[in-house]
Amino acid sequence: MSLNKCLEIFLKYWPSFLLGIKTTLFVSLIGTIIGLLIGLLVGGLRAINVDDNSSKLKKFLKKIFNLISTLYIEIFRGTPMMVQAVFIYYLVYTNIIPWDKVVAAIFVISINTGAYMSEIVRSGIQAVDVGQKEASRALGVSNIDTMLHVILPQAIKNAFPAIGNEFIVNIKDSSVLMIISITELMFQSNSIAGTTYRFSETYFVTACIYLLMTSIASFILHKIEKSLSHTTTSLPQSDTNFSSISLAKEENS
Amino acid sequence: MLEIKNLKKKYDNDYVLKDISFKVEKGDIISIIGPSGCGKTTLLRCLNFLNDSDQGQLIFDEETYDMANINKKEINEIRKKTGFVFQNYNLFLNKTALQNVTEGLIIARKMAKEEAIKIGEEMLNKVGLLDRKDYYPSQLSGGQQQRIAIARALALNPEIIYFDEPTSALDPELIGEVLEVIRQLALEKRTMIIVSHEMHFVKNISTKVIFMEDGLIVEEGGPEDIFDNPKEKRTKEFLESYRR
Ligand SMILES: Nc1ncnc2c1ncn2[C@@H]1O[C@H](COP(=O)(O)OP(=O)(O)O)[C@@H](O)[C@H]1O
Ligand SMILES: [Mg+2]
Repeated sequence: MSLNKCLEIFLKYWPSFLLGIKTTLFVSLIGTIIGLLIGLLVGGLRAINVDDNSSKLKKFLKKIFNLISTLYIEIFRGTPMMVQAVFIYYLVYTNIIPWDKVVAAIFVISINTGAYMSEIVRSGIQAVDVGQKEASRALGVSNIDTMLHVILPQAIKNAFPAIGNEFIVNIKDSSVLMIISITELMFQSNSIAGTTYRFSETYFVTACIYLLMTSIASFILHKIEKSLSHTTTSLPQSDTNFSSISLAKEENS
Repeated sequence: MLEIKNLKKKYDNDYVLKDISFKVEKGDIISIIGPSGCGKTTLLRCLNFLNDSDQGQLIFDEETYDMANINKKEINEIRKKTGFVFQNYNLFLNKTALQNVTEGLIIARKMAKEEAIKIGEEMLNKVGLLDRKDYYPSQLSGGQQQRIAIARALALNPEIIYFDEPTSALDPELIGEVLEVIRQLALEKRTMIIVSHEMHFVKNISTKVIFMEDGLIVEEGGPEDIFDNPKEKRTKEFLESYRR
Protein backbone atom coordinates (compact mmCIF):
# COMPACT_ATOMS: atom_id res chain seq x y z
CA MET A 1 0.00 0.00 0.00
CA SER A 2 1.33 3.44 -0.82
CA LEU A 3 0.24 6.71 0.70
CA ASN A 4 0.72 8.40 -2.64
CA LYS A 5 -1.83 6.10 -4.17
CA CYS A 6 -4.21 6.87 -1.32
CA LEU A 7 -3.94 10.56 -1.98
CA GLU A 8 -4.42 9.97 -5.68
CA ILE A 9 -7.59 8.00 -5.07
CA PHE A 10 -8.91 10.62 -2.74
CA LEU A 11 -8.21 13.45 -5.19
CA LYS A 12 -9.75 11.59 -8.06
CA TYR A 13 -12.83 10.29 -6.29
CA TRP A 14 -13.46 12.98 -3.71
CA PRO A 15 -16.94 13.85 -5.05
CA SER A 16 -17.97 10.23 -4.41
CA PHE A 17 -16.42 10.26 -0.95
CA LEU A 18 -18.11 13.57 -0.24
CA LEU A 19 -21.51 12.20 -1.16
CA GLY A 20 -20.77 9.27 1.15
CA ILE A 21 -19.84 11.63 3.99
CA LYS A 22 -22.99 13.67 3.49
CA THR A 23 -25.27 10.65 3.48
CA THR A 24 -23.53 9.09 6.48
CA LEU A 25 -23.76 12.28 8.52
CA PHE A 26 -27.32 12.93 7.45
CA VAL A 27 -28.56 9.46 8.26
CA SER A 28 -26.73 9.20 11.57
CA LEU A 29 -27.63 12.67 12.79
CA ILE A 30 -31.33 12.38 11.95
CA GLY A 31 -31.35 8.80 13.25
CA THR A 32 -29.78 9.87 16.54
CA ILE A 33 -32.23 12.73 17.01
CA ILE A 34 -35.31 10.62 16.25
CA GLY A 35 -33.80 7.84 18.36
CA LEU A 36 -33.44 10.26 21.24
CA LEU A 37 -37.07 11.32 20.90
CA ILE A 38 -38.12 7.67 20.93
CA GLY A 39 -35.89 7.14 23.95
CA LEU A 40 -37.39 10.10 25.80
CA LEU A 41 -40.88 8.81 25.21
CA VAL A 42 -40.25 5.11 25.87
CA GLY A 43 -37.64 5.57 28.61
CA GLY A 44 -39.68 8.33 30.24
CA LEU A 45 -42.80 6.19 30.36
CA ARG A 46 -40.83 3.19 31.59
CA ALA A 47 -39.42 5.23 34.46
CA ILE A 48 -42.81 6.37 35.70
CA ASN A 49 -43.96 4.35 38.67
CA VAL A 50 -47.68 3.93 38.99
CA ASP A 51 -48.41 4.58 42.63
CA ASP A 52 -50.84 2.68 44.78
CA ASN A 53 -53.63 5.19 44.44
CA SER A 54 -53.63 5.14 40.62
CA SER A 55 -56.64 3.63 38.92
CA LYS A 56 -56.77 -0.05 37.89
CA LEU A 57 -56.86 0.94 34.22
CA LYS A 58 -53.65 2.95 34.59
CA LYS A 59 -51.89 0.05 36.28
CA PHE A 60 -53.04 -2.30 33.53
CA LEU A 61 -51.93 0.02 30.73
CA LYS A 62 -48.57 0.45 32.41
CA LYS A 63 -48.08 -3.32 32.57
CA ILE A 64 -48.89 -3.72 28.88
CA PHE A 65 -46.58 -0.86 27.99
CA ASN A 66 -43.74 -2.34 30.03
CA LEU A 67 -44.13 -5.66 28.27
CA ILE A 68 -44.17 -4.19 24.77
CA SER A 69 -41.31 -1.79 25.42
CA THR A 70 -39.17 -4.54 26.93
CA LEU A 71 -39.73 -6.67 23.83
CA TYR A 72 -38.83 -3.73 21.59
CA ILE A 73 -35.65 -2.95 23.49
CA GLU A 74 -34.49 -6.55 23.72
CA ILE A 75 -35.18 -7.31 20.06
CA PHE A 76 -33.44 -4.25 18.68
CA ARG A 77 -30.46 -4.47 21.00
CA GLY A 78 -30.20 -8.21 20.54
CA THR A 79 -30.02 -8.40 16.75
CA PRO A 80 -27.48 -6.85 14.34
CA MET A 81 -28.54 -3.58 12.71
CA MET A 82 -27.52 -5.01 9.35
CA VAL A 83 -30.10 -7.77 9.74
CA GLN A 84 -32.70 -5.27 10.94
CA ALA A 85 -32.00 -3.12 7.88
CA VAL A 86 -32.46 -5.81 5.22
CA PHE A 87 -35.39 -7.40 7.01
CA ILE A 88 -37.34 -4.20 7.53
CA TYR A 89 -36.45 -2.72 4.16
CA TYR A 90 -37.62 -5.72 2.17
CA LEU A 91 -40.56 -6.46 4.44
CA VAL A 92 -42.01 -3.03 3.85
CA TYR A 93 -40.91 -2.85 0.23
CA THR A 94 -42.60 -6.06 -0.87
CA ASN A 95 -45.61 -6.09 1.44
CA ILE A 96 -46.59 -2.50 2.00
CA ILE A 97 -45.03 0.19 -0.13
CA PRO A 98 -41.90 0.47 -2.31
CA TRP A 99 -40.27 3.05 -0.08
CA ASP A 100 -37.21 5.18 -0.53
CA LYS A 101 -33.95 3.61 0.63
CA VAL A 102 -32.81 6.65 2.57
CA VAL A 103 -36.14 6.78 4.37
CA ALA A 104 -35.75 3.10 5.17
CA ALA A 105 -32.21 3.69 6.42
CA ILE A 106 -33.31 6.54 8.69
CA PHE A 107 -36.20 4.45 9.94
CA VAL A 108 -33.95 1.54 10.86
CA ILE A 109 -31.22 3.59 12.49
CA SER A 110 -33.84 5.57 14.44
CA ILE A 111 -35.64 2.65 15.99
CA ASN A 112 -32.37 0.86 16.60
CA THR A 113 -30.96 3.92 18.38
CA GLY A 114 -34.30 4.41 20.15
CA ALA A 115 -33.90 1.02 21.83
CA TYR A 116 -30.55 2.05 23.29
CA MET A 117 -31.71 5.57 24.12
CA SER A 118 -34.72 4.23 26.00
CA GLU A 119 -32.46 2.50 28.46
CA ILE A 120 -30.09 5.47 28.67
CA VAL A 121 -32.97 7.83 29.42
CA ARG A 122 -34.61 5.44 31.87
CA SER A 123 -31.47 4.97 33.94
CA GLY A 124 -30.75 8.70 33.73
CA ILE A 125 -34.18 9.42 35.18
CA GLN A 126 -33.80 6.83 37.90
CA ALA A 127 -30.46 8.32 38.88
CA VAL A 128 -32.14 11.59 39.88
CA ASP A 129 -32.73 11.57 43.62
CA VAL A 130 -36.32 10.61 44.45
CA GLY A 131 -36.42 13.38 47.07
CA GLN A 132 -36.73 16.04 44.37
CA LYS A 133 -39.72 14.25 42.93
CA GLU A 134 -41.35 14.12 46.34
CA ALA A 135 -40.63 17.78 46.96
CA SER A 136 -42.26 18.64 43.67
CA ARG A 137 -45.30 16.50 44.43
CA ALA A 138 -45.58 18.09 47.86
CA LEU A 139 -45.82 21.47 46.09
CA GLY A 140 -48.83 20.15 44.19
CA VAL A 141 -46.99 19.78 40.86
CA SER A 142 -48.39 16.93 38.76
CA ASN A 143 -46.36 13.85 37.91
CA ILE A 144 -46.04 14.87 34.27
CA ASP A 145 -44.92 18.41 35.10
CA THR A 146 -42.47 17.08 37.66
CA MET A 147 -41.01 14.86 34.97
CA LEU A 148 -40.79 17.67 32.40
CA HIS A 149 -39.51 20.45 34.64
CA VAL A 150 -37.44 18.74 37.30
CA ILE A 151 -36.46 15.18 36.46
CA LEU A 152 -35.91 15.10 32.68
CA PRO A 153 -33.62 18.15 32.45
CA GLN A 154 -31.33 16.57 35.03
CA ALA A 155 -31.62 13.12 33.52
CA ILE A 156 -30.63 14.43 30.09
CA LYS A 157 -27.73 16.37 31.50
CA ASN A 158 -26.45 13.33 33.38
CA ALA A 159 -26.99 11.06 30.41
CA PHE A 160 -25.54 13.47 27.86
CA PRO A 161 -22.21 11.63 27.44
CA ALA A 162 -24.07 8.38 26.75
CA ILE A 163 -26.50 10.13 24.41
CA GLY A 164 -23.64 11.76 22.50
CA ASN A 165 -21.86 8.44 22.29
CA GLU A 166 -24.84 7.02 20.41
CA PHE A 167 -24.20 9.60 17.69
CA ILE A 168 -20.56 8.54 17.40
CA VAL A 169 -21.63 4.91 17.27
CA ASN A 170 -24.14 5.75 14.55
CA ILE A 171 -21.55 7.48 12.39
CA LYS A 172 -19.58 4.25 12.38
CA ASP A 173 -22.40 1.72 12.42
CA SER A 174 -24.41 3.36 9.66
CA SER A 175 -21.79 1.66 7.45
CA VAL A 176 -23.86 -1.52 7.67
CA LEU A 177 -26.64 0.29 5.84
CA MET A 178 -24.66 -0.22 2.63
CA ILE A 179 -26.57 -3.52 2.63
CA ILE A 180 -29.61 -1.66 1.33
CA SER A 181 -27.46 0.35 -1.11
CA ILE A 182 -27.82 3.88 0.19
CA THR A 183 -24.96 6.16 -0.77
CA GLU A 184 -23.36 6.32 2.66
CA LEU A 185 -19.58 6.32 2.98
CA MET A 186 -19.05 2.55 3.11
CA PHE A 187 -21.21 1.91 0.07
CA GLN A 188 -19.40 4.67 -1.84
CA SER A 189 -16.04 3.21 -0.83
CA ASN A 190 -17.06 -0.20 -2.09
CA SER A 191 -17.89 1.29 -5.48
CA ILE A 192 -14.61 3.19 -5.62
CA ALA A 193 -12.62 0.12 -4.59
CA GLY A 194 -14.50 -1.89 -7.20
CA THR A 195 -13.49 0.59 -9.90
CA THR A 196 -9.87 1.13 -8.90
CA TYR A 197 -9.08 -2.39 -7.69
CA ARG A 198 -7.02 -0.62 -5.01
CA PHE A 199 -8.68 -2.09 -1.96
CA SER A 200 -6.28 -1.29 0.85
CA GLU A 201 -5.70 2.26 -0.37
CA THR A 202 -9.38 3.02 -0.82
CA TYR A 203 -10.38 1.65 2.57
CA PHE A 204 -7.48 3.42 4.20
CA VAL A 205 -8.94 6.69 2.94
CA THR A 206 -12.36 5.53 4.16
CA ALA A 207 -10.98 4.75 7.62
CA CYS A 208 -9.30 8.16 7.81
CA ILE A 209 -12.57 9.88 6.91
CA TYR A 210 -14.51 7.94 9.56
CA LEU A 211 -11.88 8.78 12.15
CA LEU A 212 -12.00 12.44 11.22
CA MET A 213 -15.81 12.52 11.44
CA THR A 214 -15.94 10.79 14.83
CA SER A 215 -13.13 12.99 16.20
CA ILE A 216 -14.89 16.18 15.19
CA ALA A 217 -18.22 14.92 16.53
CA SER A 218 -16.55 13.94 19.77
CA PHE A 219 -14.94 17.38 20.09
CA ILE A 220 -18.25 19.16 19.53
CA LEU A 221 -20.06 16.90 22.00
CA HIS A 222 -17.43 17.65 24.63
CA LYS A 223 -17.99 21.36 24.13
CA ILE A 224 -21.73 20.97 24.55
CA GLU A 225 -21.26 18.78 27.61
CA LYS A 226 -19.05 21.42 29.18
CA SER A 227 -21.56 24.19 28.52
CA LEU A 228 -24.27 22.09 30.15
CA SER A 229 -22.37 21.66 33.39
CA HIS A 230 -21.48 25.33 33.22
CA THR A 231 -25.01 26.31 34.19
CA THR A 232 -24.62 25.02 37.72
CA THR A 233 -21.14 26.33 38.44
CA SER A 234 -20.94 29.66 36.67
CA LEU A 235 -21.39 31.79 39.77
CA PRO A 236 -18.64 32.19 42.31
CA GLN A 237 -18.82 30.03 45.40
CA SER A 238 -20.32 32.24 48.05
CA ASP A 239 -18.90 32.85 51.48
CA THR A 240 -21.39 31.22 53.80
CA ASN A 241 -21.36 33.95 56.43
CA PHE A 242 -22.54 36.80 54.32
CA SER A 243 -26.18 35.85 54.03
CA SER A 244 -26.46 34.93 57.68
CA ILE A 245 -25.41 38.47 58.42
CA SER A 246 -28.10 39.82 56.16
CA LEU A 247 -30.65 37.71 58.02
CA ALA A 248 -29.46 39.05 61.35
CA LYS A 249 -29.65 42.61 60.04
CA GLU A 250 -33.24 42.08 59.04
CA GLU A 251 -34.22 40.91 62.47
CA ASN A 252 -32.79 43.98 64.09
CA SER A 253 -34.64 46.34 61.86
CA MET B 1 -58.39 22.83 61.70
CA LEU B 2 -56.65 19.47 61.22
CA GLU B 3 -57.42 16.24 62.95
CA ILE B 4 -56.00 12.76 62.56
CA LYS B 5 -57.95 9.77 63.77
CA ASN B 6 -56.68 6.22 64.18
CA LEU B 7 -53.90 6.42 61.63
CA LYS B 8 -52.20 3.09 61.01
CA LYS B 9 -49.38 2.29 58.64
CA LYS B 10 -47.41 -0.89 58.14
CA TYR B 11 -44.33 -1.83 56.19
CA ASP B 12 -44.54 -5.46 55.16
CA ASN B 13 -46.20 -6.87 58.25
CA ASP B 14 -44.85 -4.51 60.89
CA TYR B 15 -46.95 -1.60 62.01
CA VAL B 16 -44.73 1.47 62.23
CA LEU B 17 -47.72 3.67 63.11
CA LYS B 18 -50.13 1.92 65.46
CA ASP B 19 -53.19 4.03 65.90
CA ILE B 20 -52.18 7.68 65.95
CA SER B 21 -54.75 10.37 66.73
CA PHE B 22 -54.22 14.06 67.41
CA LYS B 23 -55.64 17.47 66.72
CA VAL B 24 -54.11 20.68 65.39
CA GLU B 25 -55.73 24.05 65.94
CA LYS B 26 -54.96 27.13 63.89
CA GLY B 27 -51.78 28.76 65.21
CA ASP B 28 -50.59 25.61 66.92
CA ILE B 29 -46.94 24.74 66.78
CA ILE B 30 -46.79 21.06 67.49
CA SER B 31 -43.45 19.41 68.00
CA ILE B 32 -43.02 15.70 67.68
CA ILE B 33 -40.12 14.17 69.56
CA GLY B 34 -39.10 10.60 70.04
CA PRO B 35 -36.27 8.14 69.45
CA SER B 36 -35.01 7.46 65.96
CA GLY B 37 -37.12 4.90 64.10
CA CYS B 38 -40.28 5.50 66.13
CA GLY B 39 -42.24 6.62 63.06
CA LYS B 40 -42.01 10.43 63.06
CA THR B 41 -41.02 10.77 59.42
CA THR B 42 -43.57 8.18 58.38
CA LEU B 43 -46.27 10.09 60.23
CA LEU B 44 -45.54 13.37 58.42
CA ARG B 45 -45.28 11.60 55.08
CA CYS B 46 -48.64 9.94 55.63
CA LEU B 47 -50.19 13.30 56.47
CA ASN B 48 -49.05 14.59 53.09
CA PHE B 49 -49.68 11.30 51.25
CA LEU B 50 -46.07 10.82 50.24
CA ASN B 51 -46.73 7.44 51.86
CA ASP B 52 -50.02 5.62 51.66
CA SER B 53 -51.72 4.63 54.91
CA ASP B 54 -53.46 1.43 55.90
CA GLN B 55 -56.14 3.07 57.97
CA GLY B 56 -57.05 6.49 59.28
CA GLN B 57 -59.17 9.57 58.93
CA LEU B 58 -57.90 13.00 58.16
CA ILE B 59 -60.20 15.92 58.85
CA PHE B 60 -58.99 19.15 57.27
CA ASP B 61 -61.12 22.29 57.54
CA GLU B 62 -64.26 20.24 58.17
CA GLU B 63 -63.60 17.94 55.18
CA THR B 64 -63.18 14.30 56.15
CA TYR B 65 -60.85 12.09 54.12
CA ASP B 66 -60.34 8.35 54.33
CA MET B 67 -56.55 8.10 54.40
CA ALA B 68 -56.44 4.49 53.22
CA ASN B 69 -58.70 5.25 50.27
CA ILE B 70 -57.94 8.62 48.87
CA ASN B 71 -57.89 9.72 45.26
CA LYS B 72 -55.52 12.06 43.46
CA LYS B 73 -57.95 14.94 43.46
CA GLU B 74 -58.36 14.81 47.21
CA ILE B 75 -54.61 14.51 47.69
CA ASN B 76 -54.12 17.65 45.63
CA GLU B 77 -56.74 19.48 47.66
CA ILE B 78 -54.84 18.67 50.82
CA ARG B 79 -51.43 19.43 49.35
CA LYS B 80 -52.67 22.86 48.34
CA LYS B 81 -53.08 23.62 52.04
CA THR B 82 -49.85 22.07 53.27
CA GLY B 83 -46.15 22.66 52.92
CA PHE B 84 -43.39 20.15 53.53
CA VAL B 85 -39.79 20.80 54.53
CA PHE B 86 -37.56 17.77 54.19
CA GLN B 87 -34.59 16.68 56.23
CA ASN B 88 -32.38 16.73 53.12
CA TYR B 89 -33.87 19.97 51.70
CA ASN B 90 -34.60 18.25 48.35
CA LEU B 91 -34.12 21.43 46.36
CA PHE B 92 -34.39 21.12 42.58
CA LEU B 93 -30.73 20.96 41.62
CA ASN B 94 -31.32 22.20 38.08
CA LYS B 95 -32.98 25.38 39.27
CA THR B 96 -31.75 28.54 40.94
CA ALA B 97 -32.89 29.54 44.41
CA LEU B 98 -35.55 31.81 42.95
CA GLN B 99 -36.72 29.21 40.45
CA ASN B 100 -37.01 26.70 43.28
CA VAL B 101 -39.28 29.06 45.16
CA THR B 102 -41.44 29.99 42.16
CA GLU B 103 -41.79 26.45 40.77
CA GLY B 104 -44.93 25.63 42.76
CA LEU B 105 -46.51 28.97 41.93
CA ILE B 106 -45.84 28.84 38.20
CA ILE B 107 -46.28 25.14 37.49
CA ALA B 108 -48.80 23.98 40.06
CA ARG B 109 -50.76 27.18 40.62
CA LYS B 110 -50.40 28.47 37.05
CA MET B 111 -49.52 31.92 38.30
CA ALA B 112 -48.15 34.53 35.89
CA LYS B 113 -44.36 34.61 35.93
CA GLU B 114 -43.90 38.22 37.06
CA GLU B 115 -46.28 37.79 39.95
CA ALA B 116 -44.60 34.54 40.97
CA ILE B 117 -41.18 36.20 40.88
CA LYS B 118 -42.45 39.00 43.06
CA ILE B 119 -43.69 36.53 45.66
CA GLY B 120 -40.56 34.43 45.28
CA GLU B 121 -38.27 37.38 45.97
CA GLU B 122 -40.38 38.35 48.93
CA MET B 123 -40.04 34.85 50.37
CA LEU B 124 -36.30 34.76 49.75
CA ASN B 125 -36.03 38.09 51.51
CA LYS B 126 -37.94 36.66 54.41
CA VAL B 127 -35.40 33.89 54.88
CA GLY B 128 -32.55 36.36 54.33
CA LEU B 129 -31.36 35.01 51.00
CA LEU B 130 -32.57 37.48 48.40
CA ASP B 131 -28.94 38.17 47.48
CA ARG B 132 -28.57 34.48 46.60
CA LYS B 133 -31.56 34.24 44.29
CA ASP B 134 -29.56 33.34 41.19
CA TYR B 135 -27.43 30.72 42.91
CA TYR B 136 -27.87 27.02 42.30
CA PRO B 137 -28.27 24.67 45.27
CA SER B 138 -24.77 23.28 44.69
CA GLN B 139 -23.39 26.77 45.37
CA LEU B 140 -25.13 27.17 48.70
CA SER B 141 -24.43 25.85 52.18
CA GLY B 142 -26.77 23.33 53.78
CA GLY B 143 -28.25 25.97 56.01
CA GLN B 144 -28.92 28.24 53.05
CA GLN B 145 -30.44 25.39 51.09
CA GLN B 146 -32.79 24.56 53.93
CA ARG B 147 -33.83 28.20 54.26
CA ILE B 148 -34.64 28.22 50.54
CA ALA B 149 -36.63 25.02 51.00
CA ILE B 150 -38.61 26.82 53.69
CA ALA B 151 -39.15 29.80 51.37
CA ARG B 152 -40.31 27.36 48.70
CA ALA B 153 -42.93 25.92 51.05
CA LEU B 154 -43.97 29.39 52.24
CA ALA B 155 -44.48 30.73 48.72
CA LEU B 156 -47.66 28.72 48.33
CA ASN B 157 -48.99 30.21 51.55
CA PRO B 158 -50.00 26.89 53.10
CA GLU B 159 -52.30 26.64 56.10
CA ILE B 160 -49.88 24.30 57.80
CA ILE B 161 -46.23 23.42 57.28
CA TYR B 162 -44.64 20.09 58.18
CA PHE B 163 -40.96 20.09 59.10
CA ASP B 164 -39.17 16.75 59.16
CA GLU B 165 -35.99 17.23 61.19
CA PRO B 166 -35.10 20.41 59.31
CA THR B 167 -31.69 20.74 60.96
CA SER B 168 -30.56 17.13 61.29
CA ALA B 169 -28.52 17.14 58.10
CA LEU B 170 -26.72 20.37 59.00
CA ASP B 171 -23.33 21.10 60.49
CA PRO B 172 -23.79 22.43 64.03
CA GLU B 173 -22.78 25.98 63.12
CA LEU B 174 -25.52 26.16 60.46
CA ILE B 175 -28.40 24.97 62.65
CA GLY B 176 -29.03 28.35 64.25
CA GLU B 177 -29.87 30.22 61.04
CA VAL B 178 -32.54 27.67 60.11
CA LEU B 179 -34.09 27.60 63.58
CA GLU B 180 -34.12 31.40 63.47
CA VAL B 181 -36.25 31.33 60.32
CA ILE B 182 -38.67 28.89 61.91
CA ARG B 183 -38.84 31.11 64.98
CA GLN B 184 -39.85 34.00 62.71
CA LEU B 185 -42.68 31.89 61.32
CA ALA B 186 -43.80 31.12 64.87
CA LEU B 187 -43.98 34.84 65.60
CA GLU B 188 -46.25 35.17 62.57
CA LYS B 189 -48.50 32.51 64.14
CA ARG B 190 -47.95 30.03 61.33
CA THR B 191 -49.43 26.62 62.05
CA MET B 192 -46.64 24.05 62.02
CA ILE B 193 -45.82 20.49 62.92
CA ILE B 194 -42.13 20.11 63.61
CA VAL B 195 -40.18 16.91 64.09
CA SER B 196 -36.96 17.84 65.80
CA HIS B 197 -34.24 16.71 68.16
CA GLU B 198 -33.35 20.29 69.13
CA MET B 199 -34.92 20.01 72.58
CA HIS B 200 -34.16 23.51 73.70
CA PHE B 201 -35.73 24.95 70.59
CA VAL B 202 -38.73 22.62 70.84
CA LYS B 203 -39.38 23.64 74.42
CA ASN B 204 -39.26 27.32 73.56
CA ILE B 205 -41.29 27.38 70.43
CA SER B 206 -44.02 24.76 70.78
CA THR B 207 -47.59 25.21 71.87
CA LYS B 208 -47.85 21.45 72.20
CA VAL B 209 -45.34 18.61 72.34
CA ILE B 210 -46.00 15.03 71.33
CA PHE B 211 -43.68 12.28 72.51
CA MET B 212 -43.78 9.23 70.27
CA GLU B 213 -42.29 5.82 70.73
CA ASP B 214 -42.60 2.67 68.71
CA GLY B 215 -45.40 3.94 66.50
CA LEU B 216 -47.52 5.25 69.35
CA ILE B 217 -48.11 8.60 71.02
CA VAL B 218 -46.89 8.02 74.56
CA GLU B 219 -47.58 11.44 75.95
CA GLU B 220 -48.66 14.87 74.77
CA GLY B 221 -49.05 18.21 76.44
CA GLY B 222 -47.72 21.73 76.75
CA PRO B 223 -43.94 22.13 76.58
CA GLU B 224 -43.64 22.73 80.33
CA ASP B 225 -45.69 19.61 81.10
CA ILE B 226 -43.60 17.42 78.87
CA PHE B 227 -40.17 18.82 79.62
CA ASP B 228 -40.48 19.76 83.30
CA ASN B 229 -43.19 17.40 84.44
CA PRO B 230 -43.41 14.31 82.27
CA LYS B 231 -45.94 11.80 83.53
CA GLU B 232 -44.73 8.76 81.63
CA LYS B 233 -41.60 6.93 82.62
CA ARG B 234 -40.55 6.52 78.99
CA THR B 235 -40.80 10.24 78.37
CA LYS B 236 -38.58 10.90 81.36
CA GLU B 237 -36.00 8.40 80.20
CA PHE B 238 -35.99 9.80 76.70
CA LEU B 239 -35.50 13.36 77.92
CA GLU B 240 -32.78 12.24 80.35
CA SER B 241 -30.83 10.87 77.44
CA TYR B 242 -30.78 14.39 75.98
CA ARG B 243 -29.68 16.14 79.15
CA ARG B 244 -26.65 13.88 79.53
N1 LIG C 1 -39.56 2.39 53.02
C1 LIG C 1 -39.55 1.65 54.16
N2 LIG C 1 -39.65 0.31 54.09
C2 LIG C 1 -39.66 -0.43 55.21
N3 LIG C 1 -39.56 0.07 56.45
C3 LIG C 1 -39.45 1.39 56.60
C4 LIG C 1 -39.43 2.27 55.45
N4 LIG C 1 -39.31 3.54 55.88
C5 LIG C 1 -39.25 3.47 57.22
N5 LIG C 1 -39.32 2.20 57.65
C6 LIG C 1 -39.32 1.74 59.06
O1 LIG C 1 -40.35 2.41 59.75
C7 LIG C 1 -39.94 2.78 61.03
C8 LIG C 1 -40.18 4.26 61.26
O2 LIG C 1 -39.31 5.00 60.45
P1 LIG C 1 -39.29 6.58 60.44
O3 LIG C 1 -40.67 7.06 60.28
O4 LIG C 1 -38.30 7.01 59.44
O5 LIG C 1 -38.76 6.91 61.90
P2 LIG C 1 -38.21 8.29 62.49
O6 LIG C 1 -38.44 9.35 61.50
O7 LIG C 1 -38.97 8.46 63.76
O8 LIG C 1 -36.76 8.07 62.76
C9 LIG C 1 -38.49 2.37 61.17
O9 LIG C 1 -38.43 1.17 61.90
C10 LIG C 1 -38.05 2.16 59.77
O10 LIG C 1 -37.08 1.16 59.70
MG1 LIG D 1 -37.05 10.62 60.54
